[in-house]
Amino acid sequence: MKKLHLILSAALVVATSTTVMAQSKFEKDHAASFKANGQAGMDRLERDDAQKFCSDPAALAGKGDPKKRAAIEKANMATIKQPSDGKYLGNWQEGERIAQSGRGATWTDKAGTPNGGGCYNCHQINKKEISHGNIGPSLWNYGKLRGNSEAVVQYTWGKIYNAKAYNACSNMPRMGHLKVLTEDQMRHVMALLLDPESPVNQ
Amino acid sequence: MKKAISSALLVSFSMAAGFAMAQSATDDIAKYREMIADGNPAELYEAAGEDIWAKPMGPKNVSLQKCDLGLGPGVVKGASAQLPRYFKDTNKVQDLESRIITCMERLQGYDAKEIINAGFEKGKRKDVEAVVAYVVTASKGMKINVPMKHPKEKEMYAMGEKAFFFQGGPMDFACASCHAEDGKRIRLQDLPNITEQKGAALGYGYWPAYRVSSGNFWTMQRRLNDCYRQQRFPEPIYTSDVTIALSVYMGVKAKDGVIHTPGLKR
Repeated sequence: MKKLHLILSAALVVATSTTVMAQSKFEKDHAASFKANGQAGMDRLERDDAQKFCSDPAALAGKGDPKKRAAIEKANMATIKQPSDGKYLGNWQEGERIAQSGRGATWTDKAGTPNGGGCYNCHQINKKEISHGNIGPSLWNYGKLRGNSEAVVQYTWGKIYNAKAYNACSNMPRMGHLKVLTEDQMRHVMALLLDPESPVNQ
Repeated sequence: MKKAISSALLVSFSMAAGFAMAQSATDDIAKYREMIADGNPAELYEAAGEDIWAKPMGPKNVSLQKCDLGLGPGVVKGASAQLPRYFKDTNKVQDLESRIITCMERLQGYDAKEIINAGFEKGKRKDVEAVVAYVVTASKGMKINVPMKHPKEKEMYAMGEKAFFFQGGPMDFACASCHAEDGKRIRLQDLPNITEQKGAALGYGYWPAYRVSSGNFWTMQRRLNDCYRQQRFPEPIYTSDVTIALSVYMGVKAKDGVIHTPGLKR
């Protein structure tokens, strides 16, 4: 009986939290300006707590409520799943291809085709690729500089999986959490960064 | 000379594909821009737009020559420098494209919905784009002066600012992810910091533009549409509030910047 009561109140909490999440006037007007197209559905405008928090220019610039920031980082940390078979490193050549491709997930991309990681859009990685962006830090010699201790490997996996676990308003997409990349693709990108054989670590 | 142009073009195309290219690519593009500065292919669109503006057309068989773009019926010179702005007759803040559609609807009898639902370069939308090229050329060299006096203009600015920072979608992107800091690049493409006057003027002052990589003229609406595509958002509706609000935000931020439209982009 007590158990049933608990389940009921939990259900109630879920029900109220969805009704409480009514759209603001801005959110309504904003959504009214868009239409679904292909795989880019209207659900993409429904923001989670982190996206809402980081839509505030102050929060984006590293300010804003520090408690809220910490709570967001904690919640995102909890989403990180380590690789199911304990294997972190794939094939760096595959990783390079994934890092090069910025394709996928737009309304002109066919749903179901693999996404790219778009890593070079923002990062220097292999120095031989001179067409790289600079929104993120350089990853040249990433493994050479840090080694590949368990701590480094797990941190790197976590950062790729969900960058907001470490910095609530990081500009980096949450590759694993929001399913931009598959577990296998992340292993390949990991190898590009950490495999001693990878050109990144020469 | 011809060879230089084609190699510069090739560089632009490989950049569009997003693959490796020489570090000097941005310099090459600057050189290419200089070379054809007197012959921007947007001129073809401008000439077509000038004809469309003056030619009686549509169910009512009248021209657009009495179209009021904010400076009085028929005034084209300087019109795009002060757009978007509030219009009393529609009780709306309108950008150049939505205003041209109002004129096509009210003066000529075209169906606005049809133009809004058509794709870029499709049907009557193609005429809107040509008229845009004509109108923006007539503000070249002038200063950006988008008004923010009317309460609706202020509302749209506020909406534009919120839209600019709105983070969402599967990649957590906002306009601000790429355009809120100085000195940033995607690959080798420089990204203007639109939150400040200088960067806003670099963006707002050079669009609409002829886009070399796609070989066609892009209006501001089309530019914003493709930004949202790359943000992995759903598609913004043509001339919707968000698109106009973003233009108000950029235009007001860019105040007194020089207009170089139609620009010439990679």
